[in-house]
Amino acid sequence: MLCQECKKNPATVHVTKIVNNIKTELHLCQSCAGEREDLNWFSPISINDFMAGFLNPIKPTRAADTIPTLRCDKCGMDYRQFKEIGRFGCDNCYRVFKDEIHPIIKRIQGGATRHTGKVPASHGARLNTNKEIEDLKRQLQSAINIEAYEEAARIRDRIKQLEKKQEQGG
Amino acid sequence: MSWINDTGPLGDVVLSSRVRLARNLSDTPFPSIADKSMTDSVIHRVHRSVSGQGSPIRSQYQFLAMGDLAPTDREILVEKHLASPDLLENPERSAILINREEICSIMVNEEDHIRMQCIFPGYQLRKALEYLNRIDDVLEGQLPYAYDADLGYLTCCPTNLGTGMRASVMMHLPLLVGTGQMKAIIQTLPKIGVAVRGLYGEGSEAIGDIYQISNQITLGASEEEIIMSLEVVTKQIVDKEKEARRRVMERGRVHFEDGIWRAYGTMTHARVMDLNEFMSLLSKVRLGVEMGIIPNVDISTINELMVMGQPAHLKKYRDGDTAIKDLDEVRARVVAEKLRQ
Repeated sequence: MLCQECKKNPATVHVTKIVNNIKTELHLCQSCAGEREDLNWFSPISINDFMAGFLNPIKPTRAADTIPTLRCDKCGMDYRQFKEIGRFGCDNCYRVFKDEIHPIIKRIQGGATRHTGKVPASHGARLNTNKEIEDLKRQLQSAINIEAYEEAARIRDRIKQLEKKQEQGG
Repeated sequence: MSWINDTGPLGDVVLSSRVRLARNLSDTPFPSIADKSMTDSVIHRVHRSVSGQGSPIRSQYQFLAMGDLAPTDREILVEKHLASPDLLENPERSAILINREEICSIMVNEEDHIRMQCIFPGYQLRKALEYLNRIDDVLEGQLPYAYDADLGYLTCCPTNLGTGMRASVMMHLPLLVGTGQMKAIIQTLPKIGVAVRGLYGEGSEAIGDIYQISNQITLGASEEEIIMSLEVVTKQIVDKEKEARRRVMERGRVHFEDGIWRAYGTMTHARVMDLNEFMSLLSKVRLGVEMGIIPNVDISTINELMVMGQPAHLKKYRDGDTAIKDLDEVRARVVAEKLRQ
C-alpha cells in the first residue's frame, strides 16, 4: 500500500483514529507521518526522567515559604524532604501532603487521580461490585474501540448480571 | 516451569511475561526511612504470612535473607529475574521468598515493603496476574495493607500508586532492530502509556535485541485494562517482527541462514567470548532456533544459556574450577558445552 499523502513511498504508519465514534483510517509513509501535527507523538520521554521536574512545579500551589513547614505527624517526613528524594515516608504522607501532591500525581499518572483497580476484600464486597461494574464498563468501551465484539458481548452480559445482583441487595 | 526452562504462547518472539505488585503495610514507615528494627519486623511478618501455620502457600516458598547470601548468589537471583537490582542495595535489611518452580518471588523491603512478582514463559500476562492475585489475597488476609479508597494501594514512590502493578513483556526483536523499525517503536510507545527499554546492556545501548515493554501508568486504569492494552501492543509488535522475518527469508534465504549458522559456528568453537559478543551471537542463534533454521536446539536451551552466560553465573561456575580466571574464557567454554550437548 502506498502513502495516502505523497502516493510515492510505501505506507508504514497505520493509524486508526476514533473521535466521537467516527472512525478514520490513515496509511502514511514515515516522512509524511512525521510532518503531520496531529500524529506528532515522536518524542521519547521517560516519566522517571522528569520526576524531578514534576516535583518542582513552576507555580507552587501554596506560598513557597509555608510548604517546608508541612510535616507528616506519623513518620516525621517534611515536604522539602519528599521533594528532594521523590519518595514518601509512610502511607500517612499521602494525607498530609494531599493538596501539594495532587497535581504531581495527576501529571505522573497521565491525568488520572482515582484508583479504579483491585479493592482489598476488607474494604467491603459492595464497594467491590461497584468498582467491578465501573471497571467492566470501561473494558466494554475498550473492547468496542478495538472491535472485539465477542469480548464486548461477554462483558455486557457480566455487567447486567452484577447490576441485577446489586438490585437484589447483595 | 519457569521462563528459563519452558516456552509459552508466542514463544518464538516472546520470552516471558511478568506481573509485579507493590504493597506496603499501613503501620510501618516505608523502607526508605524505616530503621533496622522496623525492617526486621516487616521481614518477619511477611515471612510468617507466607510460611506460617494456616497459610495455603506454606510449603511452597523458600525464605532467603539477603544478608545471609554471598554477593554472587544475590546477583544470580537478579540474573534469573527473580530479584530486582534494587533489592541488593541494602542486603542487611532485605529478604526474598521464592517458590519452588521459580515462577513467583516476594521481595521484602525493596523500595516498598512488599514487591511480589510472577513470571510465566511466553505471552501469559493474564495468567501471571491471576496467579499473583492469589498470593496477594493470602498476604492481604494477614497484613494491614496501606490502601486508600481514592488512591488505591499506597506506594513509596507515586509512580507506582493505585494498582501498584507493573506488567511487562520481554521480547526478542532482532529483525525490528535490523530493519530500523525499533527506533520508531521506542519513540512511539511512551506516547500511548507504554514504556520500552532494552533489557541487557548499559544505558540506552541495548544488546542481544531483547526488549521489555511495560505499563507506565498505574493509576486510573484497572489491572485488567492495563493488561489488555499491553496485549494489543505486544501482538502488534510480534506481528511486525514476524512479518520482517518472513520478508528477509523471501529476499535471500541462503544469505540469511548463512549469518545464523556462522553465529552458531562461532558459539560452538570460540575460546574467548565477552558479554557483548555473546549476546549478539546468541540473538542470531536464538533467531535460528525460533525460525526452525537450527533444528536440534530448543528455545529453553537458549534461555538457559542466556542466563548462564551472565557474569554472576559464570563466577559461580568458575569457583568450581580455579584453573581458568578470565570470565570470557569461562563463558566460551560454558557456551560450547551447552550447545554441543
